Amino acid sequence: MSAFLTLLARNRLALGGLIVLCIVVLLALLTPLLPLKPPNVTDTASRFQPPFSEGALLGTDHLGRDLLSRLMWGTRLSLAVGFSAAVIAATLGAAIGIVAGYYGGRTDNVIMRGVDMLMAFPYILLALAIVAALGPGLMNALIAVAAVNIPFFARNIRGITVGIANKEFVDAAKLAGMSDAKIIVTEVLPNVIPVIVIAMSTTVGWMILETAGLSFLGLGSQPPVADLGSMLGEARSALITNPHTSVVPGLMILVIVMAINLLGDGVRDALDPRLKSGALSRPMPATMVRREGPIPQAQGDDLLAIRELETQFHVKDRVYRAVGGVDMSLRPGECVGLIGESGSGKSVTALSVMGLVASPPGVITGGAVYYEGRDIVGAPYETLRSMRGRRVAYIFQDPLATLHPLYTVGDQLIEAVSSHRRVGREEGRAHAIDLLKQVRIPNAENRIDSYPHEMSGGMRQRVGIAMALANDPEIIIADEPTTALDVTVQAQILTLLSDLRRERGLAILFITHDFGVVAQLCDRVAVMYAGRIVEEGPTDAILNAPAHPYTSKLMACVPELGGGRRRLEAIPGLPPAVDRLPDGCAFADRCHVATEACRTGDIPLDPHGPARRVRCINPVLAPKTEAAQ
Amino acid sequence: MTGYILKRLLSAIPVLIGISVIVFLIMAMIPGDPATAILGSYATPENVAALNEDLGLDKPLVQRYFIWLGNMLQGDFGRSFALNRPVLDEVMERFNATLVLAGTAFVLCSVFGIAAGVISAANQYGLADKAITFVVLLGISIPSFFLGMMMILTFAVNLRWFPVSGMWPIFGDRTIWVLIDHLAMPATALAVVATGVVARLSRSAMLEVLRQDFIRTARAKGVHERRVIWGHALRAAMVSIIPVLGIQAGFVLSGAVYIEIVFQWPGVGRMLVDAILRRDILLVQGGVVFVAACYVMFNIIVDVAQSLLDPRIKT
Amino acid sequence: MTEALKLTGLSKDFPVGKRLFGPPKALVRAVQPVDLTVQKGETLGIVGESGCGKSTLARMLVGLLSPSSGRIEIEGEPLDNANPAEFGKKIQYVFQDPISSLNPRKTIRQIMEAPLRHLHGLGPAARAARISEIFAAVNLREEFLDRYPHEFSGGQAQRIGIARALAADARILILDEPVSALDVSVQAQVLNLLADLKAEFRLTYLFISHDLAVVEAVSDRIAVLYFGAVVEVGPAAEIFANPRHPYTRLLADSAPVVGRPLQAPEGRETELPDPLNPPRGCAFRARCPRAVERCGLETPALAPVSERTEAACFNPADG
Repeated sequence: MSAFLTLLARNRLALGGLIVLCIVVLLALLTPLLPLKPPNVTDTASRFQPPFSEGALLGTDHLGRDLLSRLMWGTRLSLAVGFSAAVIAATLGAAIGIVAGYYGGRTDNVIMRGVDMLMAFPYILLALAIVAALGPGLMNALIAVAAVNIPFFARNIRGITVGIANKEFVDAAKLAGMSDAKIIVTEVLPNVIPVIVIAMSTTVGWMILETAGLSFLGLGSQPPVADLGSMLGEARSALITNPHTSVVPGLMILVIVMAINLLGDGVRDALDPRLKSGALSRPMPATMVRREGPIPQAQGDDLLAIRELETQFHVKDRVYRAVGGVDMSLRPGECVGLIGESGSGKSVTALSVMGLVASPPGVITGGAVYYEGRDIVGAPYETLRSMRGRRVAYIFQDPLATLHPLYTVGDQLIEAVSSHRRVGREEGRAHAIDLLKQVRIPNAENRIDSYPHEMSGGMRQRVGIAMALANDPEIIIADEPTTALDVTVQAQILTLLSDLRRERGLAILFITHDFGVVAQLCDRVAVMYAGRIVEEGPTDAILNAPAHPYTSKLMACVPELGGGRRRLEAIPGLPPAVDRLPDGCAFADRCHVATEACRTGDIPLDPHGPARRVRCINPVLAPKTEAAQ
Repeated sequence: MTGYILKRLLSAIPVLIGISVIVFLIMAMIPGDPATAILGSYATPENVAALNEDLGLDKPLVQRYFIWLGNMLQGDFGRSFALNRPVLDEVMERFNATLVLAGTAFVLCSVFGIAAGVISAANQYGLADKAITFVVLLGISIPSFFLGMMMILTFAVNLRWFPVSGMWPIFGDRTIWVLIDHLAMPATALAVVATGVVARLSRSAMLEVLRQDFIRTARAKGVHERRVIWGHALRAAMVSIIPVLGIQAGFVLSGAVYIEIVFQWPGVGRMLVDAILRRDILLVQGGVVFVAACYVMFNIIVDVAQSLLDPRIKT
Repeated sequence: MTEALKLTGLSKDFPVGKRLFGPPKALVRAVQPVDLTVQKGETLGIVGESGCGKSTLARMLVGLLSPSSGRIEIEGEPLDNANPAEFGKKIQYVFQDPISSLNPRKTIRQIMEAPLRHLHGLGPAARAARISEIFAAVNLREEFLDRYPHEFSGGQAQRIGIARALAADARILILDEPVSALDVSVQAQVLNLLADLKAEFRLTYLFISHDLAVVEAVSDRIAVLYFGAVVEVGPAAEIFANPRHPYTRLLADSAPVVGRPLQAPEGRETELPDPLNPPRGCAFRARCPRAVERCGLETPALAPVSERTEAACFNPADG
């Protein structure tokens, strides 16, 4: 609760809205106590007094009634009616929505058909019909406005409830022996309330406008009593001659509704967990680059060389060092595996290469990425764009989410080409069919017009691969391309990648968490932990004799098929959070050979025998000397 | 495709029946003898007897409903006693005027709302975003009738750019330019609120889409950013914007009631309000059913548009 | 050993194209009639790829879904489908996603108390005692009790999920992909914990996973599911080492193993059959290298192929 208030207070506009609203509400509550003239006493002798005249601060209306007094009483009435309508609509709507959403099936079906029926009216028609039947009057206007808004709440809340009712914790509650009523009250409701509050805070303003509107039409409050809407309605005939009588109530409505809307937006932002994490920001076309310190030089003639790359996520005042200085390189035609657990920074490393880390919150804060000797970190956007897909192409994890759902597979393939060079329609299509054939999609001529949802997971990932091949890139970065696939499909995709690589001399950076996959596909492997590479070298050498304790422990705790029933080797503890990395080796707390020296200073990634490097002071194996070679 | 349209049309039938039932039930809530209520000041004993005969008002509720429905299906919506003409004639005539007003406002709010939403999302937290957000906030907070009144004061009375009110001048030619001249202010006033809502929802739909993986895929294959925004992202966002447009059409139609009053526009909304104040029950009943039915049809068009855009909807 | 759990002809159909009234347009069979028995103290592993019906099967066993046909017996007693609370005392469930299986707006204590209060009607003191007992067993500190789920890592949350299942005092646990949402280093911790708990409380496990190696490492026997039906069931030590059903063989060959060269195990790249339009005969026929004519005509039933292995195949591989 207090966190909610702090969040709300941080939003200056919402705070402003809250203050204005509080003042208005306070004045409305105090109106009977204020020394105001009676609002409904007519005095035709002093009609249409302008504002700031003697005895009438805001002037008088067409019957000589004091506008200030009428404004205060009218505000009181408008607020009361608007809020009551919102509360009634929210309560009933939410109740209907929760019941429909929780029980589902036929109950849901019948209720929602009814709701749809009510929503088939333009809302004011329904309100007008209700007022027509009940007769004009403020109470009836309130009923009409509330009734008309119930379906909106019901539908909104039902949607949320369905999502919650399908959550596993509801199943768990059922298994814990709780009754449906109990589950609705203690499991579902607490999770729905924030949504109800958001829906209410964003619609109260609207309800006030609607009741004011009905009064404006003469269907709400009846003379001599007036709310803000009927004040405007009465003033309309004198609009041209005495505009102040219209401006006064009109501005009041504007101020109230604006304050409520500002506050409502603030409430919504404070309650929406996605906004808290900054997850609702729009990622920019390329990752932000803010490099401090010297830019490392390229060494050697690698095709792709990542040097001391640092990528961080800046969320609020926290800094997550997702990639904390990674060095690795890729030679033409080579396949390098980058292996690590989730949060180790392997994907971020891969995405940093072409500036694809979502930004905000991602920032590249140091290092360089050399492609054929040229630093592409911080290169102008157009340079980066022209290289994406043409020089370095990506294959991503979940092919359903990574293909555009509304474009055909063919269009997406052709676009991959046409983003880099002009292609005619026929040529593009022929090329796309050819690509589909290369990834062994049967019946490519027909499949080209399919949408992604019409294909299976394996086929979709083949399309993903075809898209990556479209411009004959030198490098493919594959970010867990088989993780979302079933094991039999995974084997097919891996075989395909391996064949393509041999046929085309592709260099592949393969991100995975699976040692089995690395062993089958990669020439070299780099193991990442807490944002840094802890060990790197030829795949066989590392898998046969891991030098870093983390590598050996990690390999030991993954069961391998054919091992039979056994107790697994577990690594105690958890990986450190990358916003609070310890001094020294990040693995020291979980390491069985850690010494005091492991916990201080920076531990370098040192050569460990030929072609291998390890970031450890007490490697499992002593480095082979050159002599032993 | 034709199959889908047919299916949607068929599914509209229960909705239309539902609408008629709801309107009928609401009207049945009117206290007292229905014939007297309908006739109001025209209620002589002979008139009451004649109306009871015509509409079967002395029969039970269910039977009355079917008589009413049957009459409507034959195009007989009853007769307005206050205006002394058939309800349907009056409604159709007025509805045309409303269509011109609401249709214009709907197009304005869709085009400007979506454009503003996309620009806002593409420049999140930038200057354009802040400016649009502020204008949108102002738009959704101002009562449309107050806005209309202020526009009359400013642009008609003080600046004399546009006529104060009405759809046509009392004397003179009825050309399209004259219509546009009269239409400009009411259509703008009506569109402002709806534009705000559309812009807001478009902005959040765009922000939602821009974080999706397929946008990253598009960028990873080197698609130009302009095309990423206005092609990939907007197209996907339209899937959630189009239904909002459908709902928004209802809001524009509703808002038209106020605007018609303020600008003396001879539309169906003004007719309904007048009819309610005159207690011209049959005119209210017929008007509501007719407009609601048109709105249902409009929403079928929206659904069809949606199915054209989104291949995942089974046709 | 006695039977802890016995399924007879258990199947589940899902309606497709629901109508407001009247029967649905079609039925999709998610689980074909399944017969399985689990002995007391045994771990039965269930493997299969996505869409094979393993989660549907699991949810029927705890009463979260009602079966379309067949019956469930627990320790010889048939179960009443209508009352989830009755299920709850005998059989409990550990969910795949540890975070979403905990209500974000409740403290861990409230979550832990629910089964104690609603299933066993314990008073406050008894509940507190029982919770500390269980927390000690799953190696969780009691200071966690007053925190909210989002404060925990996946591994810790899964321990809490296991603790909750233990609180119901059921002797059978359905473990539905309990470690697939976890990182490998944490996965081993949880698997080892499960093994310890099983020994300590003499539990019976039904362990569902798509990861062959994990299932093999924890199970006594393994059942392989394909397209809603059990195609092979046998001892864990043998089933992948010496697969009899061609689908089991395909699975075993597909799993990436260090030191085994990459091979495309499947010549014909066919996908799963369409559940709306199931094929006649054996569902695996189109992908099967050993298919014979009879496979297209009849559906093979599960039959013994060796001493301890059963397979649903007309042309099983030699042992």
